[in-house]
Amino acid sequence: MIQTVASVSLPVDETLAIKKSRFCPPDGGNGKRICIVTGIHGDELEGQYVCWETARRIREHPELLHGTVDIYPAMNPLGIDSITRGIPGFDLDMNRTFPGSADGSMTEYLAQKIVEDLLGADLCLDIHASNIYLTELPQIRINELHRDRLVPLAKRANVDFIWVHGANTVLESTLAYSLNSRGVPTLVVEMGVGMRLTVEYGQQLTDGIFTLMHDMGIWSGEVPAPRDPIISEAPEDVAYLNSPCSGIFLKKREHCAFVHAGEEIGSILNPFLGEETASILAPETGLLFTIREYPVVDEGSLLARIIKMEVPEA
Amino acid sequence: MREEIIYSIASLYRDDFRIRGYRFGSGHKSLCIVGGVRGNEYQQIFTCSQVVQALKQAEAEGKLCPDHEILVIPTLNPSSMNIGKRFWPTDNTDINRMFPGYDLGETTQRIAAGVFQEISQYDMGIQFASFYMPGQFSAHVRMMKTGFENVDKARQFGLPYVVLRNPKPYDTTTLNYNWQIWETDAYSLYTTVTTRLDEHSAGEMVKCVLRFMAANGIIDHPLDAIPVSRVIRDEELLSVRPHSSGLLRPCTRVDAHVCKGEELAWLQNPCDGERLETLTAPADGTVFFLHDDPLVYAATAAIKLIPDI
Repeated sequence: MIQTVASVSLPVDETLAIKKSRFCPPDGGNGKRICIVTGIHGDELEGQYVCWETARRIREHPELLHGTVDIYPAMNPLGIDSITRGIPGFDLDMNRTFPGSADGSMTEYLAQKIVEDLLGADLCLDIHASNIYLTELPQIRINELHRDRLVPLAKRANVDFIWVHGANTVLESTLAYSLNSRGVPTLVVEMGVGMRLTVEYGQQLTDGIFTLMHDMGIWSGEVPAPRDPIISEAPEDVAYLNSPCSGIFLKKREHCAFVHAGEEIGSILNPFLGEETASILAPETGLLFTIREYPVVDEGSLLARIIKMEVPEA
Repeated sequence: MREEIIYSIASLYRDDFRIRGYRFGSGHKSLCIVGGVRGNEYQQIFTCSQVVQALKQAEAEGKLCPDHEILVIPTLNPSSMNIGKRFWPTDNTDINRMFPGYDLGETTQRIAAGVFQEISQYDMGIQFASFYMPGQFSAHVRMMKTGFENVDKARQFGLPYVVLRNPKPYDTTTLNYNWQIWETDAYSLYTTVTTRLDEHSAGEMVKCVLRFMAANGIIDHPLDAIPVSRVIRDEELLSVRPHSSGLLRPCTRVDAHVCKGEELAWLQNPCDGERLETLTAPADGTVFFLHDDPLVYAATAAIKLIPDI
């Protein structure tokens, strides 16, 4: 059943509606509710596959559903439709508008209605897809303020990496912070790359969602054992590689690769001269969990991130 | 005046990114003035250029007071301005959401860090700022309430209003907020417009800046009686919001005094021309902000009033 969470009229003969689909057994089930949210950034599409696959599996075996699953595939429909990361017409990052306000602007009103609709859920997953520049290993990012409650849940989500990061005042405007601080455990997933679907990752995360649903008594079908994720809780665990100059970035290693300190993972090219302006070396031994996809770089552009760890024997 | 490059980044195909500064006087780092931070802040860079003109003249006439250095940076973002884009050309990030910056971080973090290292050394900072919504303002000085704000000094501009705003989480990475936290007295000055030039408003703002400098002993400038500013908290402004979306048809103008119940604007159906609703003044007051895009969305603060005392 598709329901409207919030709607406002646009100036010229159009209504902006944020919708969700609700799946629950006829008897209402066990009262538990999980929410799958995506599309806050209009250029991040990996969650589209997850929403589709989750709905497909439920429809395939409705007899195995014992609770409520709410799927919100498009929190920012105008952004998705126009390939715009933020909210078109406002030049605003929607994920900086929460918790919103009933008396505020249109964007604040929508944010408030979204939070209102999600309140009371037993678990929420907010699925992001990096941006168009970077590819990310499936990971869950957790504000250290909510570590104790969220890390055990994240371990069941079948992701490869759990990144507990420091509290940051700016992030208090995100959907996840608003929900976590209001008692709805919310996991922020980052995976894949912007403007694309990575089916393998979509399947992986969907498996994790069904494991979580199984844990909550919402799903009685068989679920695979989740992966054992790498967990990073200290800022120094993660090394950042930023471009030392402007140019064209040519990656030489794929994300998910294990790299050794000093190993070349890419280079910055100058097409005018046929020169390699800079060689990008791994500063640490570990797992390359982020790698740049978009080749044009300025000085400072993020090229890669490495989680420091022992590299398994080849 | 000494012209210098405050920060630069070499580019592959475009000219180098350069932030240019104009330094006047020498000695104690007294005042830094920043114009546009976003690429569409044309009025802000223009106003700053007029400050440069005024200071060049003051310098030629020997009116800069000794032991005061003034730095003027007309724009922090020429790369975006040259292509008509508000935010950073490649990744659309906002330099005004990157302060105090990080010199080993991403491009706009590095720009913010490189600039902030220089401008945080000044006792006082002025930014010609703009609002994220399209519209016209009454000229005013705006400050965030950080505990470091200096309201008395803000009155020295002689602008009609000093507006105090409680910072929201996303404000904590702005230039104004970080200037204050790093102990620079920071003032955001709002002229009437952003994406077009209002020469009269720019001229008035330059006078206010010169008045402020004179009041602080930075320049020798006739200091007439400073007009009294009204200090108002952001939450005291009365927002007038339409219930519907459509064409906004204003019946008033910025700085107009209006009476309770007076028609301020009306909403028109863009297709059939029917009147959708009438926006009226909720109280006696002065029009402080007027949305100036033809289309307006429901619930948007189309008009803000400063209520009469």
